[in-house]
Amino acid sequence: MVAFIIRRFIQSLFVMFVVALVSFAMFQFIGDPVNQMVGIETSLAERAALRERLGLNDPIYVQFWHYIVNAVSGDFGLSYQHKRPVADMLLERLPATLELSLVSALFSLIVGIPMGVYTGLNRDGFLAKLFLTISLIGISLPTFLIGILLIFVFSVMMANAPPIPVFDLFTIYPSALQLPSFGRGTTVDIGSWRTGLLTTDGLKALIMPSITLGLFQLTLIMRLVRSEMLEVLRTDYIKFARARGLANRAINFGHALKNTLVPVITITGLQVGSIIAFAIITETVFQWPGMGQMFLLAVQNVDIPIMAAYLMLIAFFFVVINLIVDMLYYVVDPRLRVDAGKVSGHG
Amino acid sequence: MTMASPLLQVRNLVVEFPTRRGALTAVDDVSFDIAEGEVLGVVGESGAGKSLTGAAIIGLLEPPGRVASGEIILEGRRIDTLSYEQMRRIRGKQIGAIFQDPLTSLNPLYSVGRQLTETILTHTDMTPTKARDRAIELLTEVGIPAPERRIDQYPHQFSGGMRQRVVIALALCVNPRLVVADEPTTALDVSIQAQIIALLKKLCREHGTAIMLVTHDMGVIAETADRVAVMYAGRIAEIGPVREVIKNAKHPYTHGLMGSIPAVGHDAERLEQIPGSMPRLTDIPTGCAFNRRCLHVHERCFKDRPDALPVEDSRVACWLYDSANAMSLDEAKRAVASKETGSVEQANV
Repeated sequence: MVAFIIRRFIQSLFVMFVVALVSFAMFQFIGDPVNQMVGIETSLAERAALRERLGLNDPIYVQFWHYIVNAVSGDFGLSYQHKRPVADMLLERLPATLELSLVSALFSLIVGIPMGVYTGLNRDGFLAKLFLTISLIGISLPTFLIGILLIFVFSVMMANAPPIPVFDLFTIYPSALQLPSFGRGTTVDIGSWRTGLLTTDGLKALIMPSITLGLFQLTLIMRLVRSEMLEVLRTDYIKFARARGLANRAINFGHALKNTLVPVITITGLQVGSIIAFAIITETVFQWPGMGQMFLLAVQNVDIPIMAAYLMLIAFFFVVINLIVDMLYYVVDPRLRVDAGKVSGHG
Repeated sequence: MTMASPLLQVRNLVVEFPTRRGALTAVDDVSFDIAEGEVLGVVGESGAGKSLTGAAIIGLLEPPGRVASGEIILEGRRIDTLSYEQMRRIRGKQIGAIFQDPLTSLNPLYSVGRQLTETILTHTDMTPTKARDRAIELLTEVGIPAPERRIDQYPHQFSGGMRQRVVIALALCVNPRLVVADEPTTALDVSIQAQIIALLKKLCREHGTAIMLVTHDMGVIAETADRVAVMYAGRIAEIGPVREVIKNAKHPYTHGLMGSIPAVGHDAERLEQIPGSMPRLTDIPTGCAFNRRCLHVHERCFKDRPDALPVEDSRVACWLYDSANAMSLDEAKRAVASKETGSVEQANV
């Protein structure tokens, strides 16, 4: 186990090295950074001085070495546009993206797994077929459209709809269901971490963006759990568990679901990475002040240090998540814990 | 006749698979009894309906298969009409089951001990600690060395034979009255098969458990069973005491089946074989299902389906033994034993 983790760790370092190489290459190939930083009236001598000061005249491998050393110590350079350290800017916006990603990942797991189990068990049930049909929408509609539709229904329509009386008993006020359509709402600072999870306002602001971001993952997880359940329910050990008279609950949620977990963990791990990386669109639709939004602005302004640092950060998340996923395999599947004991002889 | 009522009674069991072109009858009008502590062997070719009969008894026919008619009565209680939940309480507690492949019968993600204790806890009021003690006891009983250590190991840490021992322990863990063993040794090494069968037989004798042993291995049947039912195309061709059926087969199919078994030491003869093959479910002929391959067919075999006729200690579904038949019993038996063809010519191989 320890040897395995060390091996994976070394592999991860290698992956990070390659990503660093790619993000460093951006500085070399996407325009001349000096041109991005100076005005039209800057003289050639000043430009040369700046070039020298930035170390752009050094050989490439020396520059790359400096880049890596700086990156490891958390220094990703100054933003061309904002003239502020990129690391600070990313850290400011990291909590917004991570909270959004976390909530939407939880949403897709907590809703997706039970729906997958249900549709797997009641293959021909009406509700199962309904879930599957609706899930097609989740897979085929683009994220931004879902976001815009949600805003239209819960922010625009709800705000303007008149109260609906129900048989003189009570009245439904649609405006009470109205959800904020942009920003994070009220946030609280805990140290340098700006959280929206502690206020009702902040939580409310999270609802629509997380659903938008998590809907695709939800349908993916639901369909994956469903097909894995169908697969596992056909196996001999499930048949034997039934022959032993175990309760359905124990069979479905103990024996069957646990055996579907390895592929589910794999896909969830990859998807959490994607959620963080592809929060860009959702953040843009909901004006969410996260890293994705900052990245888009950086692309528009060819702010290479931000783009490079963002690339490295996302790669880092992927690597860490994959490492966690590999360790979870060990927790779930005893067959991988080879050192736990030896296989006995015939008998 | 005042006999103690048998442990299990199967009466006119019909198992069907509905298809778009009508229902396929996979088990057709099968009746037999199993007495307390008795070992009933069920033999037949693949597709003869022997496993489905077992699955119907434990109530685990895979949909769309279903019991279309007939009755299954366990200890005087009809069980084929019970709900899934009621039947679940019988499975494991009163009827144990053992399946073909021990490598896939155990959940790979749970330790052997956990699978044993959860079965024990499902059917009894034992405390978890007592259930664990019982599990260790069971592992000792099925001959697993160092059970205190092995109990916390996972199935992949056991060999095939050891796993089948664990499966037997699981099937017997709350002392069921009947065990349905569906080809329990087919997936195992020949050298281990005998051990497993001996173990199963010993444990069931000690606990007074009856066994319905489904197999296509006549050797296993000869060693183990008290009585044997020979199935062909979803029907019972012959059922009787094991010595009678093996030494003195009455149904032409059984006779052919016995002739096709190689015996060590009889190397001079060529093995006999039954011409043709078992009809598919969609293509079962009217009359006797065996009529196309039988060496002794006559007109009636193509028209009427033979009843299970009592012949000596057996019941045989063959018109040769009908009292309306011109042949006497001895003549009929001689005719089956001889290799001469009957009234209808058959291409012999």
